[in-house]
Amino acid sequence: MSIGLMGTKLGMTRVYDENNVSIPVTVIQVGPCVVTQLRTVEKDGYAAVQIGFGEMKARNSTIPMIGHDAKAGAEPLRHHHEFRVDEKDLSGFELGQELGVDRFDGVVYVDVVGTSKGKGFQGGMKRHGFKGQLASHGVERKHRSLGSIGGHATNRGFSGKLKKGKKMSGQMGNERVTVRSLPVIRVDAEQGLLLVKGPVPGSNKSLVQVRPAVRLNRSKGKAGD
Amino acid sequence: MDTQRLIESLTKDQVQADKFPRFDIGDTINVHARIVEGQKERIQVFQGVLLSRKGSGINEMITVRRIVDNIGVERTWPLNSPLIAKIEVVRRADARRAKLYYLRDRVGKSRRLRDRRRGMKHVEGQSTVQG
Repeated sequence: MSIGLMGTKLGMTRVYDENNVSIPVTVIQVGPCVVTQLRTVEKDGYAAVQIGFGEMKARNSTIPMIGHDAKAGAEPLRHHHEFRVDEKDLSGFELGQELGVDRFDGVVYVDVVGTSKGKGFQGGMKRHGFKGQLASHGVERKHRSLGSIGGHATNRGFSGKLKKGKKMSGQMGNERVTVRSLPVIRVDAEQGLLLVKGPVPGSNKSLVQVRPAVRLNRSKGKAGD
Repeated sequence: MDTQRLIESLTKDQVQADKFPRFDIGDTINVHARIVEGQKERIQVFQGVLLSRKGSGINEMITVRRIVDNIGVERTWPLNSPLIAKIEVVRRADARRAKLYYLRDRVGKSRRLRDRRRGMKHVEGQSTVQG
């Protein structure tokens, strides 16, 4: 019955806990989200809840989308996203229902999905953490290069081609990133704020999705269920 | 409310900077730090010259330097840490820099800072430990 919600990453700060330990937290403005469509098995072949988030001027939206949001009784919304649910849970939602951060009351761990900051075209050292080459001992003009990218008919594949997925230079960042199982520090239902421990992907003001943790690291146990 | 103020408002109750007396760069201060040893808690006083204050709001950090057995010791605290119980001003001094890192290279008499004797109206009449 737990679907995710959309929100805005506002920034980071710190809070002190009861043991006087400083905890770095990210402040996320969650919602208010509106249920804009219910996907049913009979009609669509799967069960999901579509939610909309974010104000938008009507003139920047499109006529079809304005109509789509109006069906839920909402103003034009900027972002829409579907969250799959069990068929039997679908009855817990209705068109036009407002979903706020209070849905995370009692949730211990959350996953946060965002778009990481774009770093542009980067080399292997920054992008994948390669070591590069030596600083001296005869190394010339290759201190940050990748090193060998294949050999011996590329490890007995006998094709002699590069392996698929070989880590090389390329675009870094500006991709969808999920950070899992972040502890929830505080839920401020009044202001719609969620404080989670640690950083989340993306710049401030960027769009993020927050959902109760799907799977927990073994060390954190089952506390989030 | 803009984002910056909103985030600051979340930690407003934890900012304790206004509980401390006014102290500036170059002042000699006593930092009463809580030290937790197992179940027991005690207060340790660290007296030294305030080299720097950086950051703002909940993130403000202070660096204090003292000389122990002719060896310089510096400690850095988050100013708003609950582990700081009290801050006292021992002696006010006249610093002409925002950060006094140059004191690290000073030995002997030149390590001292000039007393703040005149013209500093904003601290006149504010008490120090030495009076």
